[in-house]
Amino acid sequence: MAETLQKPRSFQEIIMRLQSYWAAKGCAVLQPYDMEVGAGTFHPATTLRALGPTPWSAAYVQPSRRPTDGRYGDSPNRWQHYYQYQVIIKPSPPDLQALYLGSLEAIGIDMKMHDIRFVEDDWESPTLGAWGLGWEVWCDGMEVSQFTYFQQVGGHDCKPVSGELTYGLERLAMYVLGFDDGNEMPFNDPDAPIPLTYGDVFREAEAQYARWNFDVADTDTLLQHFKDAEAECARILAQRADDPKTGRRIVMALPAYDQAIKASHVFNLLDARGVISVTERQAYIGRVRTLTVACADAFLQTAAGGYTPENAA
Amino acid sequence: MTAPPSAPNARHDRQKATDMPDLLIELFSEEIPARMQGKAAADLKKLVTDGLVEAGLTYASAGAFSTPRRLALSVEGVLAASPAVKEERKGPKVGAPEQALAGFLRSTGLSEDQLEARDDKKGQVWFAVIDKPGRSAAEIVAEVLEQTVRNFPWPKSMRWGDGTLRWVRPLHSILCILSDEAGAEVVPLDIDGIKAGDTTHGHRFMASDAFSVTSFDDYATKLKRAKVVLDASERADHIWAEATNQAFAQGMEVVEDRGLLTEVAGLVEWPVVLLGKIEEQFLDLPPEVLKTSMKEHQKFFSVKNPKTGRIEQYVTVANIETADQGATILAGNGRVLSARLADAKFFWENDLRIAKAGMQPWVDALENVTFHNKLGSQKERIERIAALAREIAPSVGADPDLAEQAARVAKADLSSEMVYEFPELQGLMGRYYSDAAGLPVEVGAACEEHYSPLGPSDDVPTAPVSVSVALADKIDLLTGFWAIDEKPTGSKDPFALRRAALGVIRLVLENQIRIPLEGLIVRKFDQLAAFPIGLIVGGKGEGPSGLDDMVGQVSSDLLSFFHDRLKVFLKDKGIRHDIIDACIAMPNNDDLTLLVKRAEALSEALRTDDGENLIQGFKRANNILSAEEKKDGVSYELDPNIKFAEGDEEKVLFAALDTADAIIKPAMEQGKFAEAMHAMAQLRGPIDAFFEAVQVNDENQIVRRNRLCLLHRIRTICGGVADLTKIEG
Repeated sequence: MAETLQKPRSFQEIIMRLQSYWAAKGCAVLQPYDMEVGAGTFHPATTLRALGPTPWSAAYVQPSRRPTDGRYGDSPNRWQHYYQYQVIIKPSPPDLQALYLGSLEAIGIDMKMHDIRFVEDDWESPTLGAWGLGWEVWCDGMEVSQFTYFQQVGGHDCKPVSGELTYGLERLAMYVLGFDDGNEMPFNDPDAPIPLTYGDVFREAEAQYARWNFDVADTDTLLQHFKDAEAECARILAQRADDPKTGRRIVMALPAYDQAIKASHVFNLLDARGVISVTERQAYIGRVRTLTVACADAFLQTAAGGYTPENAA
Repeated sequence: MTAPPSAPNARHDRQKATDMPDLLIELFSEEIPARMQGKAAADLKKLVTDGLVEAGLTYASAGAFSTPRRLALSVEGVLAASPAVKEERKGPKVGAPEQALAGFLRSTGLSEDQLEARDDKKGQVWFAVIDKPGRSAAEIVAEVLEQTVRNFPWPKSMRWGDGTLRWVRPLHSILCILSDEAGAEVVPLDIDGIKAGDTTHGHRFMASDAFSVTSFDDYATKLKRAKVVLDASERADHIWAEATNQAFAQGMEVVEDRGLLTEVAGLVEWPVVLLGKIEEQFLDLPPEVLKTSMKEHQKFFSVKNPKTGRIEQYVTVANIETADQGATILAGNGRVLSARLADAKFFWENDLRIAKAGMQPWVDALENVTFHNKLGSQKERIERIAALAREIAPSVGADPDLAEQAARVAKADLSSEMVYEFPELQGLMGRYYSDAAGLPVEVGAACEEHYSPLGPSDDVPTAPVSVSVALADKIDLLTGFWAIDEKPTGSKDPFALRRAALGVIRLVLENQIRIPLEGLIVRKFDQLAAFPIGLIVGGKGEGPSGLDDMVGQVSSDLLSFFHDRLKVFLKDKGIRHDIIDACIAMPNNDDLTLLVKRAEALSEALRTDDGENLIQGFKRANNILSAEEKKDGVSYELDPNIKFAEGDEEKVLFAALDTADAIIKPAMEQGKFAEAMHAMAQLRGPIDAFFEAVQVNDENQIVRRNRLCLLHRIRTICGGVADLTKIEG
């Protein structure tokens, strides 16, 4: 256990320690994707980079939004906006479990004092046309991460397989810092001249977004946004690969994927507004999947996705 | 699981057979899902030992083991090599064309001087005698193990890294040794870069260093030293003993749960049992809620205080020994539990508020829940169930108003927050909420019981209101899916319709309910046809008569589905299918209680000597009669006249039939089947005697016709009991 680290003192310190740990392990430490997503997996650095043969290794924080989880800032452990820490390595290294456990030690979890368990949890994302096998990782009975070996993304077999780690940062931090109410945990150092709790930073935003998500967001507008994103995604992908202006081959998988992300988030907002019935729900999920699968197909036609003129179909 | 023989006599046997090594295999991987471990160990044993035997390697005994990170197999007393065999093959005749001989030599790999010429019936023939040398155990084991790993029947498997090998989770190492007194030898094997060796690892956190082993005993001993209990049943026994001891010391009892015990034993290599207290503020939650939440989310055992009858503590099983005797682990688990139970308490209190106000918002919410896109919403389904429960109520001795009321709220809990969180508590929460709403206890009971029976061993409700809602629920399900032509096919039964039909059968039989199903079904289809959705009933029919045809057809199809399920059900109770067929062919076959009473009586009667022989007599009478009727083109249905009877045997039969008729008819009308069957069986003597003495086809046409009419009477009287032509043998 190397030099035993001091326990972290704040939410941000946990994030910074994860960043340094994974940077030291060779990951490219990326920044959050600049769009609203429901989970870190939606970041193109995971979804799209898991496709094709090119090796990849990245770690990042991803602010994520689940409008239906909004509780006006009153819940000790639920927020409509929360953070995930995401690690993706392709091909999955043979010591990924050990690397992961090392990251827990880095944030102050002593493996000799806690009960860490890998409990079966198969992951499936119908909107991403993706699935994988792995576990939820328990620390003393609490789920602190998801650990997944991607088998398919966007309907394509992952070859090689990516290993994905997702940490629910609030829950993990509450446990490590010893708080039952997440709003009370220190966001910055508790001895800072101006100490701020998680609630100081987010409670106001939670209330405002909860009201907007549940009662105010204009559903007609949102429905139109969904259709627009869907149409634009399809229009982008319908363009020919050869750009007439530059004369270069430019397959626009990423801009198209942005539209798919947008459609997915709009769908989540519509869901929170309660205007999607059970049967419609499946249909919407199917429509988003159609978009992500098409984007995955397109990404495989790019150099980053492994396309070369020689292997062109 | 077979433990390795360690008794002295076993050792002795092994010493005698020095060329019988033991095989030890361990497949070491990342965490195997608990639910898959038991079957995987059994599969490993079967695949490897079958493969060895097929290749000529017999063995003395084998045992398989599993932990979260390993599957292990110990095979004792394996042959050191497969026996050499001589294979003889017959070739062409001596002097056959050269090509034939050349082909034979090619296929056997021999030269001409190695062949033997032998005498055969048609002269001399070439024979090849091929020596197949034995192969070493190591060679065979390597081959069999590789096949086993590559074709392992995991319910779900995966790839990892940039390889193509599949396993349940990444496979890290293979231990494969053959050992005897002289020592252990690694079986040379390489599966996609994983080389077999003689090392493994201990507990992930307590003793993770690699170590090498020389035999199964050595392996099991060193593993235990490295904090791994290899045998799942040993882990389970330890957990249970520890848990009950710790609970007992506090005056508590652990609530038994075999399934959970097996699962938890599959989540740890080194079980450490910890007993914790549930916070006081949660103790008033329904015990089922506490139990379900702790089991489903945390894999905790519930611990009951026998004095209060409440669940007050829990047992959690950790996978590690710590310096603070698990205090940190227990505190962490306790915090997680409190957070979960705080949620449950929040749901419970919210739900109680709605329940006490009469549950109406829940019932209304079911309007927006689609039951099936062709069968409408849950609310529409509830309307149908309520009407049907009301209709059924008088037949089961229930108050129709109560039955209807119960049906209207029986599924209200589906909208509650608690059932949303814990679907397995549906029904049970319904009873709590119905009681909270101040509804009659019969209604609460129906909320809980109307889903029953779910499985063949599940109890059948007996309270009349529960029975009427339970029947209505299942009959609506069946008629609904029959109406839209979504019937079970082969192994596909996504809506569990077979289970529903069996449920109806058991509800009817075990409560001795007399209810004609056909009328009920037809009325249900009429009701569904009036329902504004795309049903095949009414949908395809042209006008009212087309609709009636369709309803008739679908109804009789559903009724025969019930009959098929009934046959399966009664077969398990020892009643032959042909006996059931003989009874189904009778009128009122949609009254299942009546039908089964008839079948039971017939089955009983056929077990007697008279009954069994009567069938032969009946068949003889029936065959002769049918043949003559066909030949003559008429039916001999007139009453036979005793004045044309000639011998005593014929007269006795007349009398016997009169007697039987006089008993059977009223007995049948009163449902006294045993009495009727008994009277029928009494006909055996007179019928046998009649055929013995009398020639039916007498030259005198009057006598002949009279006798045929007598046979017809046998047919009618026996036929009034059951359709005996369906009886086999």
